[in-house]
Order: sequence, then structure tokens, then C-alpha cells
Amino acid sequence: MREVAIVGIGMTKFGELWDMSFREMGIQAGLMAMQDAKISAEEIDALYVGNMSAGRYIEQEHVAALMADYSGLARDHIPAIRIEAAGASGGLALRQAYLAIASGMHDAVVVGGAEKMTDVGDAISNKIQSSASDQQWESVFGATSPSLHAMIARRHMHEYGTTREQLAEVAVKNHRHGALNPFAQFQKEIDIKTVLRAGMVAEPLGMFDCAPNSDGAAALVLCSMERAKKYTDSPVRILASAQASDTLALHSRADICTFEATRYAAQRAYRQAGISPKDVQVAEVHDNFTISEILAIEDLGFFEKGQGGRATADGQTSIGGKVAVNTSGGLKARGDPIGATGIAQLVEIVQQLRGEAGKRQVSGASCALAHNVGGTGSTAVVHILGVK
Amino acid sequence: MTIARFWRDNATRYNLVATRCGNCGKVTFPPRHVCPVCHRRSIGKMQRFHLSGEGEVYSFSVVHEAPSAFEMQKPYIVAMIRMSEGVMLTAQLIDCEPSEVTIGMKVRAKLRKIGEEGPGGVIHYGYKFAPA
Repeated sequence: MREVAIVGIGMTKFGELWDMSFREMGIQAGLMAMQDAKISAEEIDALYVGNMSAGRYIEQEHVAALMADYSGLARDHIPAIRIEAAGASGGLALRQAYLAIASGMHDAVVVGGAEKMTDVGDAISNKIQSSASDQQWESVFGATSPSLHAMIARRHMHEYGTTREQLAEVAVKNHRHGALNPFAQFQKEIDIKTVLRAGMVAEPLGMFDCAPNSDGAAALVLCSMERAKKYTDSPVRILASAQASDTLALHSRADICTFEATRYAAQRAYRQAGISPKDVQVAEVHDNFTISEILAIEDLGFFEKGQGGRATADGQTSIGGKVAVNTSGGLKARGDPIGATGIAQLVEIVQQLRGEAGKRQVSGASCALAHNVGGTGSTAVVHILGVK
Repeated sequence: MTIARFWRDNATRYNLVATRCGNCGKVTFPPRHVCPVCHRRSIGKMQRFHLSGEGEVYSFSVVHEAPSAFEMQKPYIVAMIRMSEGVMLTAQLIDCEPSEVTIGMKVRAKLRKIGEEGPGGVIHYGYKFAPA
């Protein structure tokens, strides 16, 4: 297996981008990444696109070829591949691109992620997002993505004494970080009272416990480590890439307070990178709900099971804490355009490892982790990255 | 959801049909053709049987933001219910107020309307759970 590096990053602002279409967002992110890498179109061997549900959000399928077309790559007839794994689509697209280069099949590829969610109303978006759960045995009975996560939250509170306030602290912290990120959907701090007072989505989770519906796209240029030196003096190395699955329905698990897919993917990734959780300085984790971040920081091994809420309230996951989690603002504040999310996590991590994260910079960051989840913990993708 | 797609699962939705592995005894719901523990050794040995309909609340939520098909029902309670046979499922709780629900509460299955295909369409039935 060859070593793989990230040499270019690009992303649109995340938010309600009503003046941009799906394809415009994708092209903007992709071209930014190629410009960042100073790589020419002729050098690109393949295009990977993470996307969950363009067919239902904008009634457009076949989006990989569409992106290749509008980025001007159709003339070169490179392969363009779409990858779908619900919320983990972006992370999984990165993994497929990584595998292609590691295997020697390709030398340089673009991997992007995009989702256009605000062209439909909330009720329709809710239905589309519910389709990542078991349609016939969960969604059909009225279980929504927020309500499934709410049941995890309630059980976590029951078993470990996690409090409503500790959940809220996740949102407060991620908004504090997001306020420092010019690409974030919400660049505004909130206090704990705002989170606790917000209208209920699915009890005990309120509006500020949920990531927003967003539009956005993000992209990366990947190449072999050998080739990377041609483009940059500071390539970011992919030290590990791992993926794991679990049952689609949440009710098929023995314990809903642990995402086994995250635990397995993390174990494999730590082994491949030859590091342990305590070596990670920066982590972008999948906080589509506040409870999700608490599960993530426990299942990734940063904190003991049941201690995630307390660790968050104690500031251990803030910039300057034991491990800086979601310095970008996370899905909660940066925004969660589903297929783009896993790639946007990497954009943040590359900025952190290059020392280009501005006010969000974690000083001396040299080892970072990205964690992307699809469905209710049914797919988990973990990447570990480093410099030097 | 089309008529055929719902109809295929009616036996399980009406009568809580589950499967028990003839090799290791693991109970699965909804019915599966392959035991997730025994894999190939279970093929042809998965026995269908009716759950008793009794269980207890493992966790629950009150849904306030719902897909359009459930708009008229909100707020409604969804729960994960651990059946007395050990298997878990997701369903709505009825005949009780959200404030009355607790983890561990004993519940029993009822046959109820689940949804419909628009105003003039087919009505779907299935299980909901009420306090026992």
C-alpha cells in the first residue's frame, strides 16, 4: 500500500445558499481544492462524490457524472463515482479515493461531497433523513432521526447520569468554535439557557440539540505521498482509514448507548496509524445531535464510557482542552449538508495540521482524527491524519 | 409506501411474528432468513412464531417535528420496547400521556391504524403499545 496525502482543500460557505445550485456548489468547492493544490485538470485520474439523496432533494440522480461534466472534466472522460452511506457519504467517498491511490490504481484524484437540502421544506427534509433509518421497521411507525437519537439520549441519561445541561454544553461549545469559522452556517455564540429554552424537536432534544438543514459542498485533492512533493511542502498524510457497519435499526442493538461501528472503525484506525486515542490533539466528530458527540468522544476512546457529558461540561473538549473536538463548529454550527459533511471535516483538519486555522488554531497540532457517521450509527468512518 | 410493500409485512405488523434460530435459539424481529449469530448453519432452521405482545419501555421520545405523514398526530410518543422474549422493536405508545411514561414501564401490543395513503387511499394497520 502506498502512502496517501491531501494536497488541496476547498469548500463553500455552509448555510441556506439559495442563490447557488447543487452543481454550482460542487464546482466551486472542487475548483478551490484544485487551485489550492495547484494541480491541473489533466493530472486528475478520477472524481469521487459523496452524496446522500440528490434524487429526493433536487430530483437529480447520476450526480458524479454531472459534477465531472460541469467541472470541465467530462472531455477527459475520467471515471466519476458517487458514494452513498447517508451521513457518512463524504467520509466514505474519501475512503474510496484513499483506497484507489493507496492501491496504485490512481495517482491523483478529487474527492468532493455535496448536498442541497433547503430547496425542500422541513417536513420533506425530515422524511428524507428518516430514510437513512430502517424504513419498514422504524420510520413507518413515526420514528424520526431526531427521535431515535433522543431515545439514545434518554437511555444515556438513565444509565450514566448524563444531564440535560451536559447535552446543552455540546451545542454551546460548538457554537463558540463555529463563531471563529468564516465558513460556518452559524457564526454566533449561544448560552446554555438558549439551548434549554428552545422548542422541542423530539424530547429530550430541542432545536439547539440538532444540526441544521444546510446547503454546501467541500472537496479535497488526494495524491500519492511521492507525488505530493510536486505540489506542496506541507502535505497532510492520511495515517489510517477505517470503516465499520452495524445494524440499520437502532432497536436491533444490545446497547444503544455505544456505537459499535465507531468503536470498531476507531480500533482499526488506531492500529493502522500506530497511535492511541491520547495522541489525538484535534478531532472532528459527527455531532448531528448533541448526544451524538457525547457518544463519539466515548466510543473513540477519548473518555471513559459515561463520562462524555461531564468531560464536555468541564471544557476538556474545547480548544485548549485535553482534545479539541469540532474546532470548525461541528455539524451543529458549521452546518450539516449531509454528503458534504465528511469532507468538510477533513478541510478543517487539514487547516489545523497546516497551522492555517486562524483563531481556531490548536497550537502545535500534528495528529488529528475525523469521525463520520451514517444513519443511527449504522456506518462509521474514521480517518487519522498527521504531519511530519 | 405502495400497497404491495406494506402488504408483504402484514403478518408481522398485525401479529408480531418473529423468528427463532433452530440452531442457537436467538430470537429476531422482524423475521430474518439468516441468524446473525449462526449465519449459514441457521439456513432452513429459522422458525416463525408469535411474540406474546408483552414488553417494557427501554427508552422513549416525544416527537414534535414530524414528517408530513405524521403531522396530524404530533406530538406523539415513540418508544423502543424490549419484548418479554428479549427482542426489541420500535413503536408508538398510546392511551397514555407523555408525563406518565417511564423507562421500565410494562406495555402491551394493540392493533391500530398506522397511516394511510392520502385521503382516499389504503389504510395501513399495525402494532402500537399501551400501558399494561
